[in-house]
Amino acid sequence: MILRIEAGPQPHRLDPMGRKAFSTVAAELPGHIDDIRVVRVYTVSEDLPGEILTVWANSALSDPIMDQVSVNGHLPTDADWIVEVDFKPGVTDNEGRTARESLGLLMGDRPVPAVYSGLQYRIFGHLERNQVHRIAEDFFANTLIQRIRIASRTEFQGGQMLRANPPVVRLSHEPRVRTVSLEGDDAVLEQLSRQNVWALSASEMKVVRAWFERPEVLESRRQAGLDTALTDVEMECIAQSWSEHCKHKIFSANIDYTENGKTEHIPGLYKSCIQSTTRTIRERDGENDRCLSVFVDNAGVVRFDEKHGLVFKVETHNSPSALDPYGGALTGIVGVNRDPFGTGMGAELLFNTDVFCLADPRREEPPPTGLLHPMRILEGVRTGVEHGGNQSGIPTVNGSVVFDDRYIGKPLVYCGTGGMLPLEINGRPGYKKYVNSGDLVVMVGGRIGMDGIHGATFSSVELSEESPSSAVQIGDPITQKRMFDFLLKARDADLYSGLTDNGAGGLSSSVGEMATFSGGADIDLALAPLKYPGLDPWEILVSESQERMTVAVPPEKLDAFMALSRLMNVESRVLGTFTDTGTFTVRHREKVVALLDLEFLHNGLPRMELSATWTPPTPVEPDLGAAPALQDSLLRMLSRLNIASKEYWVRQYDHEVKGRTVIKPLCGVKGQGPSDASVMRPFFESMRGIVISHGLQPRYSDIDAGAMAAASVDEAVRNAVAAGGDPDTFSALDNFCWPDPIAPAPDHERKLAALVRANRMLAETCLIYNLPLISGKDSMKNDARVGNRWISVPPTLLVSLVGIVPDVRRAVTMDFKRAGHLVYALGTTRRELGGSEYLAELGQSSTQVPVVHAQDNIRLYRALFSAIQGGLVASCHDLSDGGLGVSLAECAMAGGLGCSVNLALVPVDTPDLRDDELMYSESAGRFVVGVAPDHAAAFEKLLHGLPAARIGEVTSPAVLEIRASRGQTVSWNVRDCFTAWHAPLAFHQGKE
Amino acid sequence: MNLRALVLCGNGTNCEVETAHAVRTAGADEVKILSVWELLAGHDTIDAYNFLCLPGGFLDGDHLGSARAGAFRFAHGKPDAGRDPIRVQLDRFLDAGGVIIGICNGFQLLVKLGLLPSRTWEPRVTLTHNLNGRFEDRWVTLIADPESPCVFTSGLQTLELPIRHGEGRLVATNDALLKTILKDHLAPLKYVDPATGLPTEVYPLNPNGSPGGIAALCDPTGRIFGLMPHPEAFSHYTNHPRWTREFLDGAPENQEGTGILLFRNAVDWLRRNHG
Repeated sequence: MILRIEAGPQPHRLDPMGRKAFSTVAAELPGHIDDIRVVRVYTVSEDLPGEILTVWANSALSDPIMDQVSVNGHLPTDADWIVEVDFKPGVTDNEGRTARESLGLLMGDRPVPAVYSGLQYRIFGHLERNQVHRIAEDFFANTLIQRIRIASRTEFQGGQMLRANPPVVRLSHEPRVRTVSLEGDDAVLEQLSRQNVWALSASEMKVVRAWFERPEVLESRRQAGLDTALTDVEMECIAQSWSEHCKHKIFSANIDYTENGKTEHIPGLYKSCIQSTTRTIRERDGENDRCLSVFVDNAGVVRFDEKHGLVFKVETHNSPSALDPYGGALTGIVGVNRDPFGTGMGAELLFNTDVFCLADPRREEPPPTGLLHPMRILEGVRTGVEHGGNQSGIPTVNGSVVFDDRYIGKPLVYCGTGGMLPLEINGRPGYKKYVNSGDLVVMVGGRIGMDGIHGATFSSVELSEESPSSAVQIGDPITQKRMFDFLLKARDADLYSGLTDNGAGGLSSSVGEMATFSGGADIDLALAPLKYPGLDPWEILVSESQERMTVAVPPEKLDAFMALSRLMNVESRVLGTFTDTGTFTVRHREKVVALLDLEFLHNGLPRMELSATWTPPTPVEPDLGAAPALQDSLLRMLSRLNIASKEYWVRQYDHEVKGRTVIKPLCGVKGQGPSDASVMRPFFESMRGIVISHGLQPRYSDIDAGAMAAASVDEAVRNAVAAGGDPDTFSALDNFCWPDPIAPAPDHERKLAALVRANRMLAETCLIYNLPLISGKDSMKNDARVGNRWISVPPTLLVSLVGIVPDVRRAVTMDFKRAGHLVYALGTTRRELGGSEYLAELGQSSTQVPVVHAQDNIRLYRALFSAIQGGLVASCHDLSDGGLGVSLAECAMAGGLGCSVNLALVPVDTPDLRDDELMYSESAGRFVVGVAPDHAAAFEKLLHGLPAARIGEVTSPAVLEIRASRGQTVSWNVRDCFTAWHAPLAFHQGKE
Repeated sequence: MNLRALVLCGNGTNCEVETAHAVRTAGADEVKILSVWELLAGHDTIDAYNFLCLPGGFLDGDHLGSARAGAFRFAHGKPDAGRDPIRVQLDRFLDAGGVIIGICNGFQLLVKLGLLPSRTWEPRVTLTHNLNGRFEDRWVTLIADPESPCVFTSGLQTLELPIRHGEGRLVATNDALLKTILKDHLAPLKYVDPATGLPTEVYPLNPNGSPGGIAALCDPTGRIFGLMPHPEAFSHYTNHPRWTREFLDGAPENQEGTGILLFRNAVDWLRRNHG
């Protein structure tokens, strides 16, 4: 018999989770709903002995003070409608897993039945059934991964919902291996690729076909007992390894690039722009090379101090987040955790970062078919990162949210993780792996299910209504935390020789890549622990079920490794052996089901040949009118989504767990100021710190993606300098998210040209800033296809940065500190309103996009760093979205003070700038700095000869006063500024 | 005496390193971080120590409610053969005069085990969802009850600490118990409005809506102490959110954060009372 248990707050207790659901729904449907209460539902696949059931239900599933419990009957209610939501079969159910584990403590040696969790929403209000259905789909459930049941009061009281149907996975078929025929013309091959979500082109499939027709290949397959036709296991493994997601085909492609009628050949953007930039800088740095491991491992590693390396990686999880924002973002953050953890011998994780690019959440019309409403995406990804980061105990220290309506096609969800790696572990460099032939292939952590099958190949195609739900996974931070706790002990006890994560492509990717260290691998998929029986071998190989690492364990250490694994309650299973045969051999119940030459698998993919053409935009001048409406403009600017306070997000992320965050994302007198960067002190014994920042300016791509890239680099550097980072110690990561630049995508040659320009300007700017790129990733299919229409994201480059703060006690925040401090403007303001928030607010456009004067900027940055090191700087804030006007307002709001400044004193390159240009131009390389009068002389001396000017002072009445041209003075109460700035994105912040 | 501190971790705790640092800074002679799995396997016992720290985190993801599955494991987890159950070890530890601090998730664990507001092993209060239903990270001001028997807060007046939780609202079985807690000074720290110096129930000064501003509990011996704020997260003055404002002219002479005081009070108490 199936058991069904309901637990929820006693009638006289408050129900905050019910209230939260209520306020979310009521905001959308005012007047229809009076209240919502939430009840938790647990379904057990078998009956339990009475005594065990009582203990479990009363003290594990419910809180004896708060809750009431009912077994196989409803907790009474007179709600008008009842909505019950649970997971579809096979979807990760963390709550159910924990409930089952608790039950296991009572079961002794008896088998523990399956437990499934669900939530019941009891709605009070006058609604029609179809309205309830809409509420359920819009607010409570994602029907891609969850099931909904709805009952009216009468139906509910009649017991309709008691007929539980637990979401058991039933895969009745025997696992089998099919062969794949690659016969036929291009159209047939392309059709085959689409059907199977291989994401390969016809020409790529013909390369596979030709390989498998080679006599020596046929002979070795015959010896292994394989048919001449390749197996589905082989084809899936190749498709995964050759996917855009894993192979970065576009970044490796040969490109014929045309600009100004001149065509040149580019032998791969990755090689010629990214790799070569870092190589040049490393050579230039010589003995002072900060890079330890770049481009060869899951994350980049740079030197932190004599004993530690700093590891950093940023990933995107866009496609899954578009389908299931919560699960997609949660998996994004816990997934990127495994990259630094799986680098070298394994790093201890120190911080997370997150950047979201989203459409306007206040959108009134429904989203295009197949896409989710931006508000839904926003809340989903926010909660996903909250749960993933907070439950893993890793502080989220840096991030931002960028709004543009084109992100409705695909939201961009960037998740980053940094960590610390001892330079020496057990007598060897900790940032390398040492996989030897003969080491055992051990899979550690979670089990394998259908979840996440085809994630790697699916993210390599555009979204459509047919996008497969199995491409979505839900992360489980606690299972991963247990695994990390275990592996760090195993690392320090010298029990393994290398590890890597199971992310995109699953075992196929992790074992396939680790095999390149030893020269081969031989695994048996039948040995892999499964969530449920019935998976075909190819599914086991490419499944992206989460929380798994692949570890190479020397045979003599296996017993100790497995004993520690058991002690720490982590599942580990030997799947095979690393070899030096040059092949990746995959078996199922000992029979060979795939025999792949490693060289072919990793290097057999022919380079794509692409062409790109750049046409500069026709110059456009904005029509700004005669005199700017300054008084009116500032509050409007502060209310713009890209400028408005993001405190609502930041507060819900733990940004100081580990106790090492020195500059938090929020600063100032009331902790509401937006910090430019975060500073952490990784070791309690030392004052040496790291600064973490980022930059992205996707709006500039509409004019020139090259300017966008340079501005993104500059913003990241500027932010880090503002907080006290040493500009000669920085390292950066590049994460490109692009609209599809390949045919048949519309306008693909221009999109590819944008990619070329972005890469070139990235390289050029990094070379001047001496900023090595230590790791990166690209996501090239950020489009949605709605009918015949493509919705494509603007070309977006995120530059994430880490650097050194020699002594964290010298770090600086952006809030004005004291009345009487002098206010300086640093950097040159130019007529550069192109792509600005100001023109967007006015509905105007201009092609005068900010140009980064990197040579000038780096001199200023070094001087500013010296001033900060000398303790001369009281506050420092960079100028970005909204320029000087917004920056001054932010310094004043954060400090609870005012300021009085004269625009005429701002350093400019041309004297005829208008007031609104001075206020809102987004020229790069600029700061607002507060300096105590005592330090003014020393500060000015350090900045001598650089664009820096004293423009006013900090004042004690909280009033922002600007002297503009023609003797005009404009002023704002800082409290009004705060209201305009804080309200737009402070959701559900009603009276608590 | 040899002052031995045990920081119990594993299965979702995540503040063990900074908690160990705090108790070490406060003067413990020996600090060990031990996984609950190692404890159940009998690698060590709680009663071999005299200072037990239950650090913050998300035991079992807080999936069934904060620290609920964790408390269930403490109560029903079977130790390896020949070892005493955790409850027996804890009783022996407390009977020998040990002190316990439970921070955030550790406080939730103490409450759900029935160790606060007194050692009944039967839960009488709980910590549940904040009134706004949200997890938040923010700094709060706390006032210490000078008449509390709590050994951790003696001599303290007001202090600022960060809270980082979604379930910090205290709910008692009944109002009488709540009154007793306040009357017997078993709520040693309360959220306070810095402007008035009075305990508050107003958000965000009181981040969760806890009645009477209760942020912490102790038992009548004062040796079992649980609090929602994180004292281990204020071990250095640079942890404070306004340090760049308040120490504009350079680092203070004493760079230690105020959070350490709670740990030092307990260390000093142990030394005084266990010679």
